[in-house]
Amino acid sequence: MSVTEKQSVAEIKARNKELIAEVLKVYPEKTAKRRAKHLNVHENGKSDCGVKSNIKSIPGVMTIRGCAYAGSKGVVWGPIKDMIHISHGPVGCGQYSWAARRNYYIGTTGIDTFVTMQFTSDFQEKDIVFGGDKKLAKIMDEIQELFPLNNGITVQSECPIGLIGDDIEAVSKVKSKEYDGKTIVPVRCEGFRGVSQSLGHHIANDAIRDWVFDKLPADAAPRFEPSAYDVAIIGDYNIGGDAWSSRILLEEMGLRVIAQWSGDGSLAELEATPKAKLNVLHCYRSMNYISRHMEEKYGIPWCEYNFFGPSKIAESLRKIASYFDDKIKEGAERVIAKYQPLMDAVIAKYRPRLEGKTVMLFVGGLRPRHVIGAYEDLGMEVVGTGYEFGHNDDYQRTAQHYVKDGTLIYDDVTGYEFEKFVEKVQPDLVGSGIKEKYVFQKMGVPFRQMHSWDYSGPYHGYDGFAIFARDMDMAINSPVWKMAKAPWKQAPKPLLQAAE
Amino acid sequence: MTQSAEHVLDHFELFRGPEYQQMLANKKKMFENPRDPAEVERIREWAKTPEYREKNFAREALTVNPAKACQPLGAVFVAVGFEKTLPFVHGSQGCVAYYRSHLSRHFKEPSSCVSSSMTEDAAVFGGLNNMIDGLANAYNMYKPSMIAVSTTCMAEVIGDDLNAFIKTSKEKGSVPAEFDVPFAHTPAFVGSHVTGYDNAMKGILEHFWDGKAGTAPKLERVPNEKINFIGGFDGYTVGNIKEVKHIFEAMGIEYTILGDNSNVFDTPTDGEFRMYDGGTTLEDAANAIHAKATISMQHFCTEKTLPFIKNHGQEVVSFNHPVGVTGTDAFVMALSRITGKEIPEQLALERGRLVDAIADSSAHIHGKKFAIYGDPDLCLGLAAFLLELGAEPTHVLATNGNKDWAEKVQAVFDSSPFGKNCQVYPGKDLWHMRSLLFTEPVDFLIGNTYGKYLERDTGTPLIRIGFPIFDRHHKHRYPVWGYQGGLNVLVTILDKIFDEIDRNTNVPAKSDYSFDIIR
Repeated sequence: MSVTEKQSVAEIKARNKELIAEVLKVYPEKTAKRRAKHLNVHENGKSDCGVKSNIKSIPGVMTIRGCAYAGSKGVVWGPIKDMIHISHGPVGCGQYSWAARRNYYIGTTGIDTFVTMQFTSDFQEKDIVFGGDKKLAKIMDEIQELFPLNNGITVQSECPIGLIGDDIEAVSKVKSKEYDGKTIVPVRCEGFRGVSQSLGHHIANDAIRDWVFDKLPADAAPRFEPSAYDVAIIGDYNIGGDAWSSRILLEEMGLRVIAQWSGDGSLAELEATPKAKLNVLHCYRSMNYISRHMEEKYGIPWCEYNFFGPSKIAESLRKIASYFDDKIKEGAERVIAKYQPLMDAVIAKYRPRLEGKTVMLFVGGLRPRHVIGAYEDLGMEVVGTGYEFGHNDDYQRTAQHYVKDGTLIYDDVTGYEFEKFVEKVQPDLVGSGIKEKYVFQKMGVPFRQMHSWDYSGPYHGYDGFAIFARDMDMAINSPVWKMAKAPWKQAPKPLLQAAE
Repeated sequence: MTQSAEHVLDHFELFRGPEYQQMLANKKKMFENPRDPAEVERIREWAKTPEYREKNFAREALTVNPAKACQPLGAVFVAVGFEKTLPFVHGSQGCVAYYRSHLSRHFKEPSSCVSSSMTEDAAVFGGLNNMIDGLANAYNMYKPSMIAVSTTCMAEVIGDDLNAFIKTSKEKGSVPAEFDVPFAHTPAFVGSHVTGYDNAMKGILEHFWDGKAGTAPKLERVPNEKINFIGGFDGYTVGNIKEVKHIFEAMGIEYTILGDNSNVFDTPTDGEFRMYDGGTTLEDAANAIHAKATISMQHFCTEKTLPFIKNHGQEVVSFNHPVGVTGTDAFVMALSRITGKEIPEQLALERGRLVDAIADSSAHIHGKKFAIYGDPDLCLGLAAFLLELGAEPTHVLATNGNKDWAEKVQAVFDSSPFGKNCQVYPGKDLWHMRSLLFTEPVDFLIGNTYGKYLERDTGTPLIRIGFPIFDRHHKHRYPVWGYQGGLNVLVTILDKIFDEIDRNTNVPAKSDYSFDIIR
């Protein structure tokens, strides 16, 4: 299907620019002007992708973005397994985010582990009118009684909480005192705050700083003997087990992972993190804030890494090792060498089936750039990418390390734009989320959910890359796509009907 | 290393390898500050006891694993049932992302909906500008024939007035003055998704019948012989609406399905994306005022809509999600009574086939105890069907069920000797259900996907019927209404029963004397 194959970079750039001009025509003038700033064609050598980002979405368009609550509860706090996270407000938010991110964990659910449960204050009209603080206090008592092995509680505020002026901080303080200093964390992540999930990540990070780190007694004895090789994984949500297939590599190279944030994480691990020698940061967007804080306050350096695909994994293992002594550096080389035969076998098997195939991505805050290397390891080319909630520094990283000249860039893409782009660019694969999946499959375009790994995974690490390669092959080369058009209807039809 | 290119291990198997098991054990021991395993076991056992059940049922403030969603989801579900209609949710955008995901995960279909993307500034100054811009953008981009507006809790808390906002937007030229923009206030802190269904359906009918928010004369009812049908919030809408149409057509009844979303959640993969497909035409929605009667398949989804329709001079009849022989009998007999049309032989044959199937199989269901949870109407329909099969719907629970609902369920229990020891639980959640399954066990559990946690914890086999069903595919394509639907439900229940019997009898030289091939 790749129509891009035989085109020169100049031709691709011209086509992409034309395409951008075309999609903007549908909007009213004011909207077109605003959207134009978010669409561009990457120029080699530029320091960023030339798009505006982290700006309020336009009303009435089909943005793919979520909200601050989704960023805090769904991403950062939800996976902390031994704490109970109250979705504080009406029932819906907790219901829709219930176990939806597949943050894998080990634990006895409902007894000492609570990730795949939905705790809500289920606000009724009277709670809106009279306020929910008393109810919240009672909820905490009931949690203590029915779930005595919980190690802490968080309050994830939904929209009404901020609007009606509830004092969740006061309730949390009182109850924490009542329960002998129990960790109770109020999080002001109301969905109307900010422009996307992104602010929710930041707010959640700040809550960890204020209500976990700052509450730790300075003289508290560590639960374990510190070592020179202690690191913490920051910003891996263990979707389909990603953090496990990452952790194993760090441990094999001789490091000791003392904490995982936040997939399969626990309160004890959060508390231990300021004792790390290095924080290794996967999802920069969601957890750079707390990493920067730990650098400032505790002097812990942090380093970004990328565990998608063997090229980036090897690069990252060496980068992480560069912070340590020769033992670890040798360990990194040993790990890279150990998995090389597996990687060779995976690439030998799948690359011939995927060589030259093109991909368009639209995901959250790290994958629009991080997975590009993995596709390239398989001989594939990413021809368009953009972030749901990336900031300018994400686009800088993308421009400087990942995308090729002429790549179509679309920030906070609207459903309409994305459909038009895919229709015209005709990629062999689209990688995005559940809301986009069926749109493109109906068009006959292979698709993978690159938030949830389409219920597969892990995709991180060497073990994960084998699954990644297999999944991309099965998506693109599935026999189903040959059947999308009835054999008696050969003439190509427009892919998009709704907006014609 | 257990991973290989030859046989790629999924997460199902990968992490069972010794190196991962060792790593995870080490993580737990060293860094998680784990609870004493004996203490975990003690609490686990305690949580099964009557004592725990009592504490659990004494809860007043906390809700754990509720079986309900919020109003706006129901409003979006209704809107896409009208021709070329775009749902527009006035409020913060994250909610819409959730509704779209939730519906897509169940139907495995695209779900199109926009929001007015309200943020802090709108919280302070109100969302009027968001509405003005949002309607203009949605209208230009997606070229709908109608935009159906509903709200989120945010817009409700700050008190945005949809009627006034839409009027102002039209004055500002966001959409043409005559363009249809029905609306409904759907606060998430009132009722549940079935309430949202009700409000949105009423809002759309009110728009067309009562003068389009003051922009057109009210319609004068000129009675005709047509019948309106309202399905209610229904995870089986794709299969069910088709089955209902089949019944209407078999009886030769002229009908209008109000909110017919059976096509938009069932579009083909053929190279095109159909953002709008099928749906009740706007003309039909308006003309529905002239119908002889309106039938609601789910009473608790139409508590406001039905009185509204009745006030316009029509007969209204409601059912509680009928499943099975008696329920479908009542439905087709009501159709016959209202229209004067005879029930055709074809439906009698279909009925006979369902009775035949029950006669062949009910021995395997007779006397078995079931726990049911779900939306209020669905619970009623399933409970009645189980009684018809000679089973006992021992626990019937609806988080969004009220006192009226509980009385109706009790009446269903009272109608059969099999209902004698059955209990109804309005307003309770799935953590209550967990206690019930431990302290008063049943043979099978019927409910949505979330029941798999109950199945795991209590060992009660789960039969998936309800909404949402995320972890099994395409169930929504098969009707549960009509005689054909009754057969589907029967087979679904039987399959689980036989699977359980096989599972319980398959140990060689121990229990496999009952591992029968003929049943």
